Order: sequence, then structure tokens, then C-alpha cells
Amino acid sequence: MSPLTMALALALVALVLALPHLAPPMHWLFPQVERPVYERASFVELILSHLGLVLASSAAAALVGVSAGIFATRPSGLEFAPLINAIAAIGQTFPPVAVLAISVPLLGYGGPPTLVALAVYAALPITESTIAGLTAVSRDVKDAAEGLGFSRLRMLGDVELPLALPIILTGIRIAVIINIGTATIGSTIGALTLGSPIIEGLSASNPAYVLEGAVVVALLAIFVDRLFEDGVHWARQRSGASP
Amino acid sequence: MIRNRVLFVLMLAAFVAALTLPFLGFAPNRLVSGRAISLSEALGAGSLTVFLACGALLFAACFMPQGRALHLLVLATALAFAVFLPLGAGTTATSLVATATPIARVSLAGGFWIIELAAVLAAGDALRRLEAGLALKAAAVIGVVTVLVFAAVSGAFDQLSLAKEAANRREAFADAVQRHGFLVALSVLLALVIGLPLGVLAQRRPRWRDLIFGGLDIVQTIPSIALFGLLIGPLAALSDAFPDLRRIGISGIGVAPAIIALVLYSLLPMARGAFAGLASVPDSVVETARGMGMTGGQILLQVEAPIALPVLLSGLRIVTVQAIGLAVVAALIGAGGLGSFVFLGLGQRALDLMLLGAVPTIFMALGVDFIFQLLLGIARRTP
Repeated sequence: MSPLTMALALALVALVLALPHLAPPMHWLFPQVERPVYERASFVELILSHLGLVLASSAAAALVGVSAGIFATRPSGLEFAPLINAIAAIGQTFPPVAVLAISVPLLGYGGPPTLVALAVYAALPITESTIAGLTAVSRDVKDAAEGLGFSRLRMLGDVELPLALPIILTGIRIAVIINIGTATIGSTIGALTLGSPIIEGLSASNPAYVLEGAVVVALLAIFVDRLFEDGVHWARQRSGASP
Repeated sequence: MIRNRVLFVLMLAAFVAALTLPFLGFAPNRLVSGRAISLSEALGAGSLTVFLACGALLFAACFMPQGRALHLLVLATALAFAVFLPLGAGTTATSLVATATPIARVSLAGGFWIIELAAVLAAGDALRRLEAGLALKAAAVIGVVTVLVFAAVSGAFDQLSLAKEAANRREAFADAVQRHGFLVALSVLLALVIGLPLGVLAQRRPRWRDLIFGGLDIVQTIPSIALFGLLIGPLAALSDAFPDLRRIGISGIGVAPAIIALVLYSLLPMARGAFAGLASVPDSVVETARGMGMTGGQILLQVEAPIALPVLLSGLRIVTVQAIGLAVVAALIGAGGLGSFVFLGLGQRALDLMLLGAVPTIFMALGVDFIFQLLLGIARRTP
């Protein structure tokens, strides 16, 4: 973790722990509001629920996306690569919030439908980047590995995937950042997330709730993005590519 | 032996969907969930035969020796399939509603969407195997869309729940579409005016590059609803301090924060597009132009801009598609647009109303994407 990432993590933890005690300054900022700190659920609970949704959906999406990307770059799946790429490209044209909304008639309200919608949407950029990353591995490197007698499985695990990792991570990063944002909107379909204080604040004209939710979720998103920046940096160094 | 595995998988998916998933949903009114109607129940014997014949033909094509003639046949059959499936659903809806009360709702269900998607993807795969040029691809899309739009105008889909919902709220719907278009158009325009110079600056002055892209990167990371929320406070304070601002429509909620947030999100892809476009211009070209005595401005506008255009256009495409989706969220801060139907529908558990907001935004995004792909294709071809 770089110092900046560490500082963001500390700021986030400090803010979440301090929020319940910030009623006086919030009251000063928003004198017209009777209850200036969101209390329906604690911010620790909100952030854990939010992160849980994002982590579970991103993990599922990474599993599906990387598998699909590996399949599309094997000799047996090469025929499907254009189709898979087309689905990934068309799917990403859909507005994420529309995908979230459409999941309701199919799956109902609440956390689980949000999770599924996030996972489906997130699988698209991950698939795309996995195909791009694996395709970018040079023929020479693969020929060399083949010459050394690497089996197909070992070639994939020891050569191709490590070399493709920086590009795959870029796709996962895009997916996770989109997921953090879409999960925030997930509170409009009944998921418990950091969007809950924002949505409630907007509908009840309580700008204090909106500010609290917005600052925490923005800080969370920036922190996670920096974490990926560090991760991509590490993966690039490991795969020996220029930074 | 299977000679076209892609088509085989698509047909298999369509077949399984036809057997296991509901094709239409039939509900006595807009608030209760309906009864599932399968494909065989939904379509009359006549159209069912046509569909089965089309399906059998596509299925058989998977096993035949592949060639241009066969790909053309698959393309034509898949496109016909993609057109007739919605028409069949519309006809069935009309006859179903005729047997029930006028407030009965017939909606398109999962089976319909999967079969339709399989047909569209099969057509796309055939186009790829034909190594079709831009003209044939565009003709296929425009052909299908024209037939479906013509059918919609002549009332073929009027009894489907989405069309009913739109008809019930004709004025509000037209207003929402207009407002949505306005939000997107204005923010993209402003992003062009601000983002292009930023991109040029980043390319000309490497020292500014990290600052510009670093800053815009952070904005892009912040969840949309949070950015909308963060703008409410400052703007409300501003309009309190300067009442004149309120008179021209600037306040904490509504269009002003929405446009600001949409522009902020659009700046990164816009500036990146300009930067990458200029970076794609070979140094030798710029040197030659300078040697001919052109000024910096002339070089930028007459030499670099035309070469940078394709990359710039793909940046503009990302910006516009993204803005269509973000404008949906803007409804939460009172900016109106199609998002107001989405969130109103979700809140009232009136899912047709929600779809009336969500589905048009998807078509809007797909349409804009198609137009930009077309422009990109043309821009790449003309040197």
C-alpha cells in the first residue's frame, strides 16, 4: 500500500467511527435539520453491507469474466471470441442503473437482486479485459514456453495469466468502481448501502444525511481506486513490463 | 458434425428458453404480477409453424458446409426472426386483451427477450462470417429498426403493457424524453467546450498532464449519486447568497447540479479522447506542416484535428452513452428526465412505469452508440 492509499484508509475509518459523535458540528452546518446524523443504521453497518455487496458481486463477476476470457482465447473457444466480445460491448452500452432497475421484475426487491445485477454488469468489462490481456501475450513468449515443454495448463497459469494480469486488473478495477456507484443506487430497490442515507436524505429534505452518505461513499470509492492503482503497479513490476 | 458452433449454442439457448421460460406475462391490471404464457400458447398455429420452420432452418445451418450463400441465408432468416418475434408478441397481446378487461396487461417476459437476443446475435455472427462492410451492417440494423418502428407507429404493439403505459402518460413521457435529451445534449456540449482545450493542454504541456487527468480521474471515481448530493449544498448556499441565480434556475436541486455533475463526469473521457487523438498524430506530419510555415493554430485545426478525429469521436461516444445513463440518476435530485419514471415506478412498485423509464434509456444508449459507430466507420475510411 502506498502512503496515499494508507492515508485514505485511515481517513475513511476515522470518519466512519467519528460520524456518530458529529451531531454538534452537523447541527451547526444544518440548523434547520432536527436530526443531523443518520441513525437508522450505523455507518459501520452501512459500509460493511456496501462492501459485502461489491466484493461478492465483483468476485462472482471476476470468476465468470476471467473464465469466459480464458475460454475465448483457447483454440476450442476461439470461434466464440467475436460473439463474447460483442455481448460485452453491447452490454456495457446499457446504463448500469437501467440494469439494476430491470433486475427488479425478474428477481424482486432487496439485496440479492442488487448483487446479481451488479455481478452481471461487472462481468462484461472483466471479460473484455481478460480477452485483451491474454491476446496481447506475445507469440514469442508462448513459443518459448512451449519449447520448454510447458503443458497447456502450466502455460496458462505460469505464463499467460501473469503477463495478462495488469490488463485483467484494469478491467476488474473498472468493474469494482462501477459496482461501488451502482450499489449506492441499489438502496432505491431496498439494498442496505451507503446510498441509504443519501436516498433518505433526498426524499426527506435532510441535506445532512445526503452529505454524510456522499462523503463516506466518495472516500470509499477513491480509496478502492487507489488500492487498484497500487495493485496494477505491483502486477506490472512482477510481469516485468514497463510501468 | 457441428460446423458452426456459435450458431448452434445460440439456437440451443433460444430453444431451451422457448421450452422453459414464459414468453409473455398476462396480468388483470398493472399492479399485480401476471400469469406466465409460453411460446406455444402465445403464438397461433400459423405463426408457430413459421417460427418452427425458421428455427429448424437455422438449426440445420449449423451442420451444413459453411459458405457465403449459407451465411447470407442465416443472416436473412435471423433478421426475419428478429422482426417477426416482436410482431407475433404484439398480435398475441391484442387478442389476449380482447378476451379480458381493458386494464389487463400483457408484458414481454424472459423467454421473449432471450429468443430475440439469440436471433440478433445470430445475425451479428452471420455478418461477421460474411466479413460484411459498414454498409451491409448498417443496412441490416436500419432495416430491422425501420420495420419495427413502422409497425409500432401503425399500432402493432399498442396492447403491450409498455406501450399502454406510454399512451396513458403520453405528455409526461414526451416531456421526460425531451428533458433527458436536453440534459445529455447540454452536458455533452459543455464537456466538448471545456474538455477539448483540457485535452489539448495536456498534450502540449506534459507538466499539466498528471494534474488534469489525476483530478478528473478522482471525479470519475466518485459514485454519481454522491456527486449529485455533494453539489446540492454549495449550490443551495450560492443561490441563497445571490437570489438572482435562483431566478435563472440555479438552486441546490434540479437541472443546475445535474448539468454540473454530468459535465464533470464527461470531462475525463472527453479530454482523454482529445489527448489520445492528438498523440496519434505522427510527429513527422506536424514537422512538415511547420516547415511549410503554418502557425500553431493552423496546424491544430487543419492538420492535427482531421487525423485525431476518429479517436476523438470514440471519446465523444463514451461521453454521450455515459451521460444517458447518468442522467437517469439525476432524477433523484429533481432534474426530471426518464429517471423520474424509473424511481417513481420502483418506489410505487409499478414496474411498468419503471420500465417506461429504463427501456427507452437503453434504446437511447444503443441508438447513440450505433450512430457513433457509423460516424467512426466513415471517419476512419476518409483519410
